[in-house]
Amino acid sequence: MALLEVKNLSISFGGLRAVDEFNVKIEKGQLYGLIGPNGAGKTTVFNLLTGVYKPTSGAIFLDGENITGKKTIDINRCGIARTFQNIRLFKKLSVLDNVKVGLHNQMKYSSVEGIFRLPRFFSSEKKMDKKAMELLKVFGLENEASTLADNLPYGKQRKLEIARALATNPKLLLLDEPAAGMNPSETQELMDTIRFVRDNFDMTILLIEHDMKLVSGICEEVTVLNFGQELAQGKTSDVLNNPEVIKAYLGD
Amino acid sequence: MKKSSKSIKPNTKKSLITYIMLVVAFVIVQIMLAAGEMSYMMQDLLVPLCVYAILAVSLNLTVGILGELSLGQAGFMCIGAYSGSLFSNLMETAIPEAMIRFPIALLLGGICAAIFGILIGIPVLRLRGDYLAIVTLAFGEIIKNICASIYLGRDANGFHISLKSVTDMNMAADGEMLINGALGINGTPKDSNFIIAFIILFITVVVSYNFVYSRTGRAVMSIRDNRIAAESVGINITKYKLITFALTAFLAGVAGVIYSHNFSTLQASKFDYNMSILVLVFVVLGGIGSIPGSIIAAIALTLIPELLRDTIVGDYRMLFYAIILISMMLFSSNKTFKDKLFGLVSKKKKGEVK
Amino acid sequence: MGFLSNLINGISLGSIYAVIALGYTMVYGIAKMLNFAHGDVIMIGGYAIYIAASKAGLHPLLAVIIAMGACTILGITIEKIAYKPLRQATSLAVLITAIGVSYFLQNIALVIFGANPVNFTSVVNIPSIKLFDGQVVISGETSAAIVISLLIVIALSLFIKRTKSGKAMLAVSEDKGAAQLMGINVNKTISLTFAIGSALAAVAGALYCSAYPILSNTTGAMPGIKAFTAAVFGGIGSIPGAMIGGILIGVIEILGRAYISSQLADAIVFGVLIIILMVKPTGILGKKINEKV
Repeated sequence: MALLEVKNLSISFGGLRAVDEFNVKIEKGQLYGLIGPNGAGKTTVFNLLTGVYKPTSGAIFLDGENITGKKTIDINRCGIARTFQNIRLFKKLSVLDNVKVGLHNQMKYSSVEGIFRLPRFFSSEKKMDKKAMELLKVFGLENEASTLADNLPYGKQRKLEIARALATNPKLLLLDEPAAGMNPSETQELMDTIRFVRDNFDMTILLIEHDMKLVSGICEEVTVLNFGQELAQGKTSDVLNNPEVIKAYLGD
Repeated sequence: MKKSSKSIKPNTKKSLITYIMLVVAFVIVQIMLAAGEMSYMMQDLLVPLCVYAILAVSLNLTVGILGELSLGQAGFMCIGAYSGSLFSNLMETAIPEAMIRFPIALLLGGICAAIFGILIGIPVLRLRGDYLAIVTLAFGEIIKNICASIYLGRDANGFHISLKSVTDMNMAADGEMLINGALGINGTPKDSNFIIAFIILFITVVVSYNFVYSRTGRAVMSIRDNRIAAESVGINITKYKLITFALTAFLAGVAGVIYSHNFSTLQASKFDYNMSILVLVFVVLGGIGSIPGSIIAAIALTLIPELLRDTIVGDYRMLFYAIILISMMLFSSNKTFKDKLFGLVSKKKKGEVK
Repeated sequence: MGFLSNLINGISLGSIYAVIALGYTMVYGIAKMLNFAHGDVIMIGGYAIYIAASKAGLHPLLAVIIAMGACTILGITIEKIAYKPLRQATSLAVLITAIGVSYFLQNIALVIFGANPVNFTSVVNIPSIKLFDGQVVISGETSAAIVISLLIVIALSLFIKRTKSGKAMLAVSEDKGAAQLMGINVNKTISLTFAIGSALAAVAGALYCSAYPILSNTTGAMPGIKAFTAAVFGGIGSIPGAMIGGILIGVIEILGRAYISSQLADAIVFGVLIIILMVKPTGILGKKINEKV
C-alpha cells in the first residue's frame, strides 16, 4: 500500500480551479518531485495536503487513513510535516528552541508541571535537548544552537526548517523549494542532506523544486503540474525529456 | 551534551538577575523603613507599586510572549478585587485569622478573573491586532459597568441582588449592604501590606519566567513568531492562546485582590480603560517581552508623577508626564532620533560589527 | 411616541459619533494607526469655540470656522511632531505615542482652562420641530447634527471619488509604497488626512458640546472611544461604514439608556460591538484579508 495516496484532489478559488483532479501515489521511502512553472498550483497542493486549505473535492490517504478535511495540527499529528517556500521560522526563538517546538507533541509535560518546575519538566527538557541537538547535528547547525533563528544565514534557515519539521516525527516530509536561493555548492550539499534524511530517518519525501539539477539528481519519480492540471507523471528522466514538459517550461 | 546545557544558561541567568534585583530592592526598602528614611507618601505607594508591577508582568505574557494586544487588564483586576473583597467581607467573622483568609481571597480572586479570561478569550480568538484591542477594551468597560451596577445585600432571609437600585433589592431594613452600586464595596479588611504584596510580586515573576521558559512558553512564542508554521508542527493555537489569556487574567485578578485589600473602599469606576492603557504603557516602555523592564517601567512611571508633585513642576506634572512619555517613545522607536542623539556611539558600534 | 423621539435622539447622537468616527477611519485607512488622541481634538475644538463665541463674542458660525482652523493646525502639528517620526515603528509604539498625545492634550487643557467644567453655549440657532401636535419635539441641535453629518459624509465621499487628492488618499491607503512610486506625495497626503479629520473633529466638538453643554478637559475621551468603536463596528477604513457604525452605536446607546438601564447603556453598546465582531470579525463593511501561505 502506498504511504500517500491522493485521489482526484481539486480546489477552486472563486471561479479559478487552482488544482484540478490531482492524483498521486507515493510509496514508503520514495523521494518524489512535484514540478511545474510558477503559478501551476504546486504550493496549493502542499496546502491541501497539510489542511491549510480544504479541498473542494477529492480524497487524501496517509498510510491508509483518510485525512481529507482534517485540521493542520491533526494532519501533523497523523504524520505529515512541511517546510515553506518563504521560510517561516520562529524568528525570535533560538535555533534549539525552534527544533524543540517541533518536538512539542513528542515529549510532553503539562503547563502546570512547567510553571512549578516539577520533576517531569527536568526529565522531559533534558530528553528534548538531547533529541534536538541530534537533529541539529544532522544539518550541521549544532554550533548555532543558541543563535536566534532570525540571525542565521539564509541557507541555514532552510535547513533549520527541515530539522524542525523532522522533529515532529513525520511519516511524510513535504519540502517547498528547499534549494531556493542557494548557490550550486549549497544545493549539492542539500541534496546529500535530503538523501541522508531519507536513508537514516526512514523518510518518505515529496518536494517542490525549480532546480532541475536537484530534481534529476535525487527524485526517483516526478509529477509535472501546469495550470492546476497534471501534465506528466513518471520516472524523472523520462518526464524531463517529455516534449510537452519542455514546452510548458520554455513556452512555444 | 555540553552544548545544550550552555544554551539553557542565558535564560536561567536572565531570571536570576531579575530575582536578585527584586530582593535587593526589597532589602533597601526595608532598611529605609527601619531607619525612618521613607516619607509617608512613599510608604503609601509601596503596595500600589507592587500591584502595578504584577499587572505589567502579567500583561507582558499576553502582549510580549503571545504577541496580542489586550486592553482589558483593568477588567480582570476589577473582577479579582470584587470577588476577593466580597469573600473577605463575608468571611471576616468565620475566618478571623487574616493569614488564612487573605491567601484564600487571593486565590479566589485570581480564579474568578481567570474564568473570565477564558470566557473572553474564546470569542476573542478569532480577532487580531487592533480589533482584539478594541474588543478587550470593550470587555473591560462592560465588566466595570456591570460591577458598578450591582446591588447586593444580606438580611435574615438570605441574599438579595439587583442591577437597578437599593430599593429594588427588597432587603429588610436591618440588612447588611455588601455591594452598593456605584459606591462599591466598603469595609474590606486591610489585609494587604508591602511584605505580602512583594511576595506575590516575586511569585508572579517566578511563575512568569517558568512559564516562558517551558514547553508551554515555547509553544506560545512560536504562535507569536509564526502562526502558520506553529500550526504546521502541531501546536494547538486555541489552547495556548487561552492558557496565556487565563494566566494573565489570573495574575491581574490577584493584583486586584491585593489592591482592594489595601484600601477600605472599592469602586468599580477605578478600573476603567485608562488603567488598562496605563499598564500597557508600562509593558511597552519597559520593552515588550522583558519582565524586568515591565517592573522597572511600572515603578518609574508610577513614581515620576508623584516625585514631580513637590518640585517646581507641581501642577504641571501630568503634562510633563505626557511629554516624557512621547519623547521616550520617539527616542526608543525612531532610528534617526537615536542616531542624532547618540551619533558618535552608534557609528562606532556599526564599525565594530562590520 | 416616546420611542420615536428616543430613536431620533439616538440617530442624532449617532451622527455626531459618525463625524468623529470619520476621523478615526480615515487616519486608520491611510496611516494604519489608531489615533487615540482624536477624541481630545474634539475637546480642544470645543474650547476654541467657547473662547471665540462666549469670551470674544464672535458669531457662533465664525467661531466654529475658527475652531476648525485651529484643530486643523493642531492635527497637522501632532502628525508632524509625534507620528511622522514613527512611520517605520511598530503599531504598538505608535499607539502608545498617540496615548501620550492624548494625555498631553488633556493636561494642557487642564493647565490652561482649569479643572472646573465650563458651560458651553449652543452654537445651533435653529428652532425645534414639533411633530404629532407637540408629542415629539426635535431640538435644533438634534436636527442640526443629523443634517450636518449627512452633508459631511456625502461631501467626503465625493471628495475622495472625484478629486485628485482624494484619489491619492485611496492610493496611499491601498499601498503606500506603490503610491509613492506613482508620484504621489505620501507625506502630503497623510497631512491632508489629518487636516480633514481634525477639522471634522472641530465640527463634532461643536455639535457634541451643543447637545451636551458641559465642557471639561476629559469631554472628548468617552465620545472618542465610542466613535472609535463605531468605526470598528462599521469596518475600519470604510467611510459609509463609519456612518452606519456611528448611527447604530448612537441608537443602541439612547435606546439602551431609555428602556434597559441608564447605568448599563455603555455595557450594552460594547456588548453589541463584541457580538457583531464575533459574527463578522472585520466589522459590517470591512474587507476580509487572507494571509498567503
